[in-house]
Amino acid sequence: MNDRLRRYRNLTMMGIFTIATLIALVPLFGVLGYVVKNGFSALNFEFFINLPKAMGLSGGGMANAIVGTLIMVAIATLIGIPIGILTAIYLTEYDRTSWFSIGVRFATDVLTGIPSIIVGIVIYTAVVLKMGHFSALAGGLSLAIIMIPLIIRSTEEMLKLVSHSIREAGYALGISKRVIILRIILPTAAKGIITGAMLAVARVSGETAPLLFTALGNQYWAHSLNEPIAALPVQIYQYATSPYKEWHQQAWAGSLVLILMVIVLNLIARLAFRSRSN
Amino acid sequence: MSKKTELTASIGDQTFRLLTLLMAISVLVLMVWMGWQMYDSALPSIQKFGFSFITGRVWDPVKEQFGALPFIYGTLVTSLLALLIATPIGLGVAIFLNEMAASKVRVVVAFLVEMLAAIPSVVYGLWGIFVLAPWLRETVEPGLAKWFGFIPLFQGTPAGFGMLAGGLILAVMILPTIAAISGEVMAAVPNAQREAALALGATKWEMIRLAVLPYAKSGILGGIMLGLGRALGETMAVTMLIGNRPDILPSLFAPAYSMAAVIANEFTEATYALYLSALVEIGLILFGITLILNVFARFLVWSVARGPKGGTSNE
Repeated sequence: MNDRLRRYRNLTMMGIFTIATLIALVPLFGVLGYVVKNGFSALNFEFFINLPKAMGLSGGGMANAIVGTLIMVAIATLIGIPIGILTAIYLTEYDRTSWFSIGVRFATDVLTGIPSIIVGIVIYTAVVLKMGHFSALAGGLSLAIIMIPLIIRSTEEMLKLVSHSIREAGYALGISKRVIILRIILPTAAKGIITGAMLAVARVSGETAPLLFTALGNQYWAHSLNEPIAALPVQIYQYATSPYKEWHQQAWAGSLVLILMVIVLNLIARLAFRSRSN
Repeated sequence: MSKKTELTASIGDQTFRLLTLLMAISVLVLMVWMGWQMYDSALPSIQKFGFSFITGRVWDPVKEQFGALPFIYGTLVTSLLALLIATPIGLGVAIFLNEMAASKVRVVVAFLVEMLAAIPSVVYGLWGIFVLAPWLRETVEPGLAKWFGFIPLFQGTPAGFGMLAGGLILAVMILPTIAAISGEVMAAVPNAQREAALALGATKWEMIRLAVLPYAKSGILGGIMLGLGRALGETMAVTMLIGNRPDILPSLFAPAYSMAAVIANEFTEATYALYLSALVEIGLILFGITLILNVFARFLVWSVARGPKGGTSNE
């Protein structure tokens, strides 16, 4: 076959792949650009310390929503991290191959794949209906369910990377298995595990759908974990779909805060930890 | 070690093992419980409507009529549109990152693509409402109608909010999934494959086409299916862009509704038990579809990533 034709075809295809990559990045810069541009002009100190103003009024802030998100993410982290890490330990250190552990891995995959709104439905029917009200607890619980499979997967990957010679050295010294796991294996894999945990936290802090009918949202401060509570993503959703210009401004500002939170978590996780553990 | 400390050590060991086992069991229980909880809440609707729930075209809570077909239709059309757009681009990204880019470029671009996945759905929705939808309404849809108006897909009033907007935003959101998984399976292709092709005088593209893609084929298919799974269940961005009208219209410009969107919009407004049950049943259908897709997709990805098996090409 004609060599020149082959070379041209090669160049064309390489060009197509490069262009595809550029196209893929257009929405990223589009979204970031608009969020920074529109959000920055609406963002001020008041945004972080004030409650939302009534509809149609300008000013006000999302202090309650920011705090609400932090509270629910904290609840999710407190539940999700221990369950996730301990399960991963079981799957790597105690039982890698039995049908039971294959079943647990399967469940992990299923839980990773189900739409987050499904989690909201389940928590609504199981917790909100039983308790009789929306609450920060229900919201945190649904975020925890989203977090658990993410933590299991990332922790498992990291524990698998710990070399067997380290475990064997521990056994040779007569150290008990629990101590080997807690004192030797976990610290060795710590950076990777923390990276995974931070990425999971970043992921759930942006979740809206599972909070719609568990935490519900709140224009005021919640005074206990048993009350409906505001969350940044839910507030953004309500403001974005409202007809008020002032609220649209606030939605952009809220998005800027949310995106900064997520990106900073991602950057720290990747730059600070991954570079050295690789 | 004295006998006593040995005993406490072994009790400690057993307790710790038991603790990790309990957590592992809880994950399994969680999955089964979620399925059961949904089935249980959906049961009244399942019993009342049976199969006609899926084929019914009328959704009228006031008259207690619940047919989910418009939502299934909207979900499928937007998701397929998203796949059609995101698959070639995602594959292009994967090939660029794995086979072409220098390592410094790769690190940066891979991070940017991951950021695309990290942006919360609700922010995509916000951007969609104020940037994407107006652009579609004023520029893209009139253009499409002018040039391709003879196809029913591109007829009707350009509204901005509709299946085209929903499908486009979904394409952006599933692109990182497709790119990441395809990249992963391409990375699992042994270098010997590539070297053999190059040694025979293949150009880079011929190497990719003959040595890499056939080998990674089923894994790429798995990545596409995982992307589809994500698109089917994606809620916020679609809810904000699809127009939220339970109609079945051929035009991509027309407002429609998706399964996840109707749950998000009507769940807290469901005023009686059967209404709520019907919404849960939509969730249950979604749960079932994504579960099957995920199982199948993971199997495909796993079968490639498992290791060398010798890639063959029919070409």
